[in-house]
Amino acid sequence: MALNSKIPAGSLEDKWEKYKSTCKLVNPANKRQLEVIVIGTGLAGASAAASLGELGYKVKTFCFQDSPRRAHSIAAQGGINAAKNYQNDGDSTYRLFYDTVKGGDYRAREANVYRLASVSANIIDQCVAQGVPFAREYGGLLSNRSFGGTQVQRTFYAAGQTGQQLLIGAYQALERQVALGNVTQYSRHEMLDIVMIDGKARGVIVRNLVTGELERHFGHAVLLCSGGYGNVFYLSTNAMGSNVTAAWKAHKKGAFFGNPCYTQIHPTCIPVSGDHQSKLTLMSESLRNDGRIWVPKKQGDNRKPNEIPEEERDYYLERRYPAFGNLVPRDVASRAAKERCDAGYGVGASKQAVYLDYASAIQRYGKIEVSKQGIANADAATITKLGKEVVKEKYGNLFDMYAKITGENPYEVPMRIYPAVHYTMGGVWVDYELQTTIPGLYALGEANFSDHGANRLGASALMQGLADGYFVIPYTLGNNLADDIRTKSIPTDHPAFVAAENEVRERINKLMSIKGTESVESFHKRLGKIMWDKCGMARNEKGLKEAIEEIKALRKEFWSNVRIPGEVNEYNPELDKANRVADFLELGELMCLDALNRNESCGGHFREEYQTEDGEAERRDDEYMYVAAWEYKGDSNFVMHKEDLNYEVVHPTQRSYK
Amino acid sequence: MEHYNMNLTLKVWKQKNTNEKGRFETYHVKDISSEMSFLEMFDVLNEQLIAEGKEPVAFDHDCREGICGMCSMVINGRAHGKWEQTTTCQLHMRAFKDGETIVVEPWRASAFPVIKDLVVDRQSFDRIIQAGGYVSVNTGNAVDANAIPIEKHMADEAFASAACIGCGACVAACPNASAMLFLSAKVSHLAMLPQGSPERKERVMNMVNQMDKEGFGSCTNIGACEAECPKGISIENIARLNREYLGAMFDGGSKNSI
Repeated sequence: MALNSKIPAGSLEDKWEKYKSTCKLVNPANKRQLEVIVIGTGLAGASAAASLGELGYKVKTFCFQDSPRRAHSIAAQGGINAAKNYQNDGDSTYRLFYDTVKGGDYRAREANVYRLASVSANIIDQCVAQGVPFAREYGGLLSNRSFGGTQVQRTFYAAGQTGQQLLIGAYQALERQVALGNVTQYSRHEMLDIVMIDGKARGVIVRNLVTGELERHFGHAVLLCSGGYGNVFYLSTNAMGSNVTAAWKAHKKGAFFGNPCYTQIHPTCIPVSGDHQSKLTLMSESLRNDGRIWVPKKQGDNRKPNEIPEEERDYYLERRYPAFGNLVPRDVASRAAKERCDAGYGVGASKQAVYLDYASAIQRYGKIEVSKQGIANADAATITKLGKEVVKEKYGNLFDMYAKITGENPYEVPMRIYPAVHYTMGGVWVDYELQTTIPGLYALGEANFSDHGANRLGASALMQGLADGYFVIPYTLGNNLADDIRTKSIPTDHPAFVAAENEVRERINKLMSIKGTESVESFHKRLGKIMWDKCGMARNEKGLKEAIEEIKALRKEFWSNVRIPGEVNEYNPELDKANRVADFLELGELMCLDALNRNESCGGHFREEYQTEDGEAERRDDEYMYVAAWEYKGDSNFVMHKEDLNYEVVHPTQRSYK
Repeated sequence: MEHYNMNLTLKVWKQKNTNEKGRFETYHVKDISSEMSFLEMFDVLNEQLIAEGKEPVAFDHDCREGICGMCSMVINGRAHGKWEQTTTCQLHMRAFKDGETIVVEPWRASAFPVIKDLVVDRQSFDRIIQAGGYVSVNTGNAVDANAIPIEKHMADEAFASAACIGCGACVAACPNASAMLFLSAKVSHLAMLPQGSPERKERVMNMVNQMDKEGFGSCTNIGACEAECPKGISIENIARLNREYLGAMFDGGSKNSI
């Protein structure tokens, strides 16, 4: 099967405008007859469901949490990018597009990224209209800050809770559509299969997690907005329930999986404190605006951070990357931290951490406040006090979170941070219309692979989720459903629904009947360790080959020795987890296979064999400038299809942040 | 910070489903690190129960970073435990001492029926939002984001109200199981912004009506909600809600309300 990305003809600037003006439309009366299923209610799912409901489609949403408002988009802290150029600092649609393509290490589709940049400004307008309380300046206008990989201030934010505020905005829009009867919402429901009829996605099998019952739901189209798969590593910044199951079921039914090995390791997370650790907590990238990252110049230095004098500190990001300093992209910052720790300069009890220090920011802000308030001859204590107040206003909730988790006061001592799995750039392959290789099945937000290439820039995930949901899918879905207006709703006693439900039931019964000795959690931890050690921040051929064998063996052991307590037809979180871990055990193998195939380093994918003399990622454009889209052919049997990436506007070079 | 290990006795509410009666079950856990989160201590308990062939304790949780609002335990009589402005997932074991007995219960309110053990059904909150907790603006209708300046202190106050995570601790803490803090935070958030102003009268009437229909109790100014709120939502929101409500009543603004 040849991949058709369906990128419209014309110049980069005109493609989306032209598409919108010429795509097919569905008239309002017909929209009322068309049913759309949305899986997941994060930024992508909630915004899509609300917008489609407003247009008049009959929408059903499903989420595994107890309310759509819990989706993990809520945890995004730092902000959302938009090319508004409110700061008059040289931003533009083109520059946001260019930064995103470059930040993604030239592995993203130009046309998609340009569209993303061009709708970014509309997102901010929409959110403000919904009542999203973004941070403002004293003049009453919106405030911006900087994020990694950019030299302009284009990030809009609401303290350190931007994701929460955006999701609540989308959730409220969604609830309004529920009240109006356009959307029916199902909470504590998990999708366990796609139903295919005549080669098209026509519905889903979901499990009611409260009663354990399987349900069939028809849709003219199905939208996967189910997020990323970072939890394959067990420890990540994802929520405990975040999973690949919906995307993986689609993959097994024929949706290709794009670039599964592209995972983002976020540089600023709270380090692991022990074996009991269940998840990792991110400290927003926005902290790199003002915080300075350093390690001692001496290896194994056990002094307390405040006892190490300035001249004995190595601000290694500022040293290595003077142009971007502490604001290099995430992949670069993470690898630099790993390099220092591996070389023996790490700090804290585990030595797997570096310092993120606010002392100089507190002084800087304190001095500004002193002069603002006209305090003459302010003493050091006043400057420090006022500086801390400013830092508290900007980052207070993050500092509080750090203090609760570590028991240390970050206003007094530098924070300890270390990289952690955060986001997956890979995902279900989609064309320009966000349609997967299964007709009628779409993937939006982190669930798809399309916009971030091999590395995502900070504050761009929120932008992409909302762009896809508010501004892309309402057009592209209509363009395809216009051909479906004569398709009547298919009753769910159709044999395809019956067969799909039976398949799901058999698998669940099989899991429950194993009655082994080892818990689901334990298998998940073991898988996570293999993935982190061999398919994590640095990868090599030998390790990846070993990992593939180890995962296969672990999967076999899982299916013969997992212990799931409780019953099928009741609220059973262990069974829910088992369903998800079973899929992670298959996905992990494909990620290693993809990483093994890609004999180059790019963005978040770092193959030790391919690095420059000074340890930077070495891309091999002549051979690997393509999207690897994997087709499922049965157990451990995946076939790769290539989608060549053509750069018509941007000229790929080696990324330099020096 | 000094690290230590502890042995604990847990008295945990066990309830098979909504219809059956619940009871306390006693468990013992050993070598719990002071660096664990409260939920990680529950992970240890559940792994232990699974290994023993027993049924683990069901509890709600997701983000484990204090923002999704899913975790919900009453710990030693206090919603989310004794640390101020902290969710259960962010409560850490250094809050406890070796040998302590900890009592853990679900949110208790008739509008939050127990699903199993410590898991409750909070869909009544969704329905309160459906009654009017939004701005009626369709996608694509918006004007430029900077077209309407908003005073910084108003934006900041609206944000402070909008920081509610919808966990329901306010209801669990209130002797009347009132949802006034939750409701008032949303009414305040939207009423303080020009975008939310056109619908403020119908909004407050409809949302209050829905709250009453769901079976939440009434507010008698006890203040337990504010004390237990993990996000520090101020009780001033309730005062603002009352003003909004009275204003809407006297103004006949309820004509569009249900």
